[in-house]
Amino acid sequence: MCLAVPGKIVSIVQEENLGLRRGKVDFGGIRKDVCLDYTPEARMGDYVLVHVGFALTVVDEQEAQRVFEALRQLDQLEELKEGAT
Amino acid sequence: MAILSCPLPQPATDRILLAHGGGGRLTNQLIESVFLPAFSNAVLESRHDGAVISADGTRLAMTTDTYVVHPLVFPGGTIGDLAVNGTVNDLAMCGARPLALSAGFVLEEGLSMGTLRTVVASMHEAARVANVPIVTGDTKVVDKGKGDGLFLNTTGIGVVVAPKPVSPESVRPGDAVLVSGDLGAHGIAILSVRNGLEFEGEVRSDTISLWPAVEALFRAGIEVHCLRDLTRGGLSSALNEIASVARLRITVEEVLIPVSNVVRGACELLGLDPLYAANEGRFVAFVPERQADHALEILRSQSVSVDAVRAGTVYEDARGIVTLRSRVGGNRVLDMLSGEQLPRIC
Amino acid sequence: MKFLDEYRDYDAVQQMAQAIRRSTTRPWTLMEVCGGQTHTIVKTGLQEMLPKGITLVHGPGCPVCVTPVEMIDRAVAIARRPEVVLCSFGDMLRVPGSTQSLFDAKALGGDVRIVYSPLDALQLARSNRQREVVFFAVGFETTAPANAMAVWEAEREKIPNFSMLVSHVLVPPAMEAILSSPNCRVQAFLAAGHVCMVMGFEEYFPISQKYHVPIVVTGFEPLDLLEGVQMAVAQLESGRAEVENQYARAVRRSGNRPAQERIAEVFEVTRRTWRGIGEIPLSGLRLREAYRRFDAESRFAVEIGHVEESSECIAGLVLQGLRKPFECPAFGTRCTPDTPLGAPMVSSEGACAAYFHFGRRKEDGDSIVSTATAGH
Repeated sequence: MCLAVPGKIVSIVQEENLGLRRGKVDFGGIRKDVCLDYTPEARMGDYVLVHVGFALTVVDEQEAQRVFEALRQLDQLEELKEGAT
Repeated sequence: MAILSCPLPQPATDRILLAHGGGGRLTNQLIESVFLPAFSNAVLESRHDGAVISADGTRLAMTTDTYVVHPLVFPGGTIGDLAVNGTVNDLAMCGARPLALSAGFVLEEGLSMGTLRTVVASMHEAARVANVPIVTGDTKVVDKGKGDGLFLNTTGIGVVVAPKPVSPESVRPGDAVLVSGDLGAHGIAILSVRNGLEFEGEVRSDTISLWPAVEALFRAGIEVHCLRDLTRGGLSSALNEIASVARLRITVEEVLIPVSNVVRGACELLGLDPLYAANEGRFVAFVPERQADHALEILRSQSVSVDAVRAGTVYEDARGIVTLRSRVGGNRVLDMLSGEQLPRIC
Repeated sequence: MKFLDEYRDYDAVQQMAQAIRRSTTRPWTLMEVCGGQTHTIVKTGLQEMLPKGITLVHGPGCPVCVTPVEMIDRAVAIARRPEVVLCSFGDMLRVPGSTQSLFDAKALGGDVRIVYSPLDALQLARSNRQREVVFFAVGFETTAPANAMAVWEAEREKIPNFSMLVSHVLVPPAMEAILSSPNCRVQAFLAAGHVCMVMGFEEYFPISQKYHVPIVVTGFEPLDLLEGVQMAVAQLESGRAEVENQYARAVRRSGNRPAQERIAEVFEVTRRTWRGIGEIPLSGLRLREAYRRFDAESRFAVEIGHVEESSECIAGLVLQGLRKPFECPAFGTRCTPDTPLGAPMVSSEGACAAYFHFGRRKEDGDSIVSTATAGH
């Protein structure tokens, strides 16, 4: 568990009735209606992770880059080591 | 802490399950355990999409298909053109030029006349494009509640133009596996209607007659060993059926298999695998290695297969399996579909 | 697709695998908890990229697999009632109960429908007032916010014909149960990233300390899983036992507060039986008193026959990571996805099904895949 897919918020609607927050999220070209109630901080253009029709977190774009930074450093380290031998 | 074990389920083999129609393992089991023993003959046992029979020196191909798709009308087509193209394609997969079709309708009481006209109009158009006349037919009506609006059976005959038999038995180690275009459009188009998915640029069913592409291959003198159109169960099922009859291994590279972005997005969202998703206008071709590039050129010159690619190769291996090299480098077996592909949440 | 494709990049994955190989000096046994993680590992052939000494065992993170037999029987009995429309996630349909699965119930005339979200089931209830719509709420903490919202909305709108059959399970108690078992060989955990996305990972600190095991909150893509392994191995090699977060782009230490609040409002913690493992105290969720009228268990009094158990299926041992699927004598022969003896062979997340589908018939050395691809 569990399948949560990242998508970009392209529209947000605040419902009259129960005050629920809904939006349209784009997943690489397809769009689905998503409940945004659990991500009140989410804004237009943010990427959210969606599970069974609910956005459960806003993707931290900085953190998302971290692993690639780490790999780049690892790469440089290896080159240094190889250079030294 | 007690360790419980799992109960032994009673397999429901005394009833037909939806999965029996899925195109995967259970369908094959049904054919093997019920139909083949009852109707046994050499032609049927070759288990290809169409049957090739000889009539006074002329080789004819014959095929039949029944369409039960729901909804009856969807982005890119209707049950009608699906049926026409599907039957034309089954003939094409035998290396046969389609000659004529029949159409048998089972209509449910209460079906809207407008829907019927839409379906029939799409059949007319598809038959016109495929250059095949619908020469005979039948109509029955069943009580309301006894049929999903409309069931359609189409039977086709064609003249075999392929110089040698086009079948899994003709596949050889070293053969190139060519795929005529991107996967999953039909399956996703259907699901989009059922699941309320919106597409920015609609995903339309890929239903189309494949005969022009197949004919082009023969005209160019390509030694076509096997053809299979990808329907239920997708690319995976087609390859598995061929590998198991041919008793060879087929290995494909995930990174070479074409899937449009929208189909990929829909599959990710629903937890489906494009390799098992249904298609209606795509096929695989097995040709000798030395002709692979030429064959691709021919396919790409035809509008129905303009995005054709080489996806893999055939190898010696009596186990008759299909393997896939994943885009990250690991390997796995690409198994036959079990039952229906269900959307997953995990 | 952004935030997905990058973590499936060939070069990055190979580089990470290399980093793991370089830093591993001793054999280690790691458990990945979530079924979705198992699925990725087996589907992308990740195990073969790891050094021989690293063993990944698959945990009970497949809510479908661990749903008690009795609960399936209950769902089947409810589905067979003529006034009921039973809605469920797709993967639950084929799981065998004592005698039937929901698929069988459907074949026999029950109105069983697959939905993408519990809100779809709620919508069905709104537009079909004359039917009783029951949603089969199975899942870990990840799905609890969605289910909580469906019930909360039903309550606000006073929808009379909607109810939920609840079989929620919680991950940390299961991890503890595995760690406290005398046969436990697990030395580090890759915790379920999406569960932590909802709940945060505060709960893992005491567990990590008590059992002295590294716990790395890990994502689901190949690069995430390899990085999780790399971080766990780094801890193991240096004798550390801490809680780390690999999946920081999605998981915060405190998790998702609004979601936790909604869950707490609608559900309360209760004991649960895990199929194949047994009862684990305080490991499940049920509806609170205030929402009890939406509980399908109390709304429908159904007759369940004696719950039959077979001795051949070793699902319990597989779910605890004590056996690999191919070590089961019935694996691939009497027990296949078409003729399953137990849930892990039916569910697409189950370890047994994953192993069967993706060709792991024997230990990696001579798996069906390795021999097949050795030639080229």
